Amino acid sequence: MSKRESGPGPLLSTIASIGHHVTDALQRLGFASRFFVMLLLCSGQSFRRPNLTIREIYYSGFQSLLIIMVSGLFIGMVLGMQGYETLQRYGSADALGILVALSLVRELGPVVAALLFASRAGSSITAEIGLMKATEQLTAMDMMAVNPIARVVAPRFWGGVISMPLLAALFSATGVFGGYLIGVVFIGVDDGAFWSQMQASVDFRYDIWSGIVKSFVFGVAVSLIAVFEGYDALPTAEGVSSSIKSTVVKSALAILALDFVLTSFMFREAG
Amino acid sequence: MSRKLLDLWVGFFVALGLAGVLFLALKVGNLSAANFSEAYPLTAKFANIGGLKVRAPVKSAGVVVGRVADVRFDPETYEAVVTFSIDGRYHFPKDTFALILTSGLLGEQYIGLDPGGDEKMLKPGDVIAKTQSAVVLEKLISQFMFNKASEGPAANQ
Repeated sequence: MSKRESGPGPLLSTIASIGHHVTDALQRLGFASRFFVMLLLCSGQSFRRPNLTIREIYYSGFQSLLIIMVSGLFIGMVLGMQGYETLQRYGSADALGILVALSLVRELGPVVAALLFASRAGSSITAEIGLMKATEQLTAMDMMAVNPIARVVAPRFWGGVISMPLLAALFSATGVFGGYLIGVVFIGVDDGAFWSQMQASVDFRYDIWSGIVKSFVFGVAVSLIAVFEGYDALPTAEGVSSSIKSTVVKSALAILALDFVLTSFMFREAG
Repeated sequence: MSRKLLDLWVGFFVALGLAGVLFLALKVGNLSAANFSEAYPLTAKFANIGGLKVRAPVKSAGVVVGRVADVRFDPETYEAVVTFSIDGRYHFPKDTFALILTSGLLGEQYIGLDPGGDEKMLKPGDVIAKTQSAVVLEKLISQFMFNKASEGPAANQ
């Protein structure tokens, strides 16, 4: 057998593998879009049984409470310390409340809560659906004329979408409390200045509402990635483990990229 | 886990989340912007607004009474036209003075309103006639330098 017949050269095979990856990614993107439409169409069916969604809010929302609140508290405390350190050089330690509240409400609250949510709840949703697929439970449901998207996928998706804004709001609230704890209780920034300066410069519609909108968008993105990766997992042990990994990685990238896009839309006139 | 207990915990979670939103709205932010619906607009023309921005506060006697809504340039008079909305609870006399001030040395710029003694009040949409522009530091310094230079030789003699 001559070398020429055994296959293309190394350069050609590299190009071929790049092409393979690109078409593969496009195919998955197409399937993800179709899957999202199917999910929305089947949602009405699963809303008629709200207990399924409530169960998922318990698993992905309530059980993430502890990690969200503890991390929020610590991030707020760090912001309080670092912010004070910098602000007191310019003699404006009174502005600590503004710094803590604005950075939490606008950015850190939605983004860090979504990152934590993706690794805490998103990965477990992927693992659950992936294992259901690997053990052919989804196929069995289909055989019994139970739509697996309406019964399994949609409640988990909506559970995540509902939980995410609530978790982000709690993250910001505990963070502000953490900043208060360090700034006012331990360091001794004036109590009245801390709250009044904060209230004077944090606007409900401009700052808090855009934070809620952000966390809602992140909730949709993370939940969609989690259920899709689970549903699309190869039905083997390695397939499930690699789709859990890819849920965490893709969610993190999606959150940070979406955050940039949303911020540039929301705060364009902030100048 | 029984359904009742599940509902209880989910209810607890949702209530806690809503309490978080409420805390952010009332304690961290100021929902007072919500009753800005009864605010009324006023306009003032300035020769120079310095670094005044949209959403900058409008203060009278140090109290925030409104926000800057819009800053435009008038191509005919070459002046800056600033529109600001004033809280509906407050009314100002016709001869109110509008000044552009700076909070602190490096602070943000805001509009100060000095009420006059007129019996008539400003109506929504009125234009404030008496204004004072922002102080531009470079102009101030150059004025100071010119004064020093002109009196310099006289002082030496």
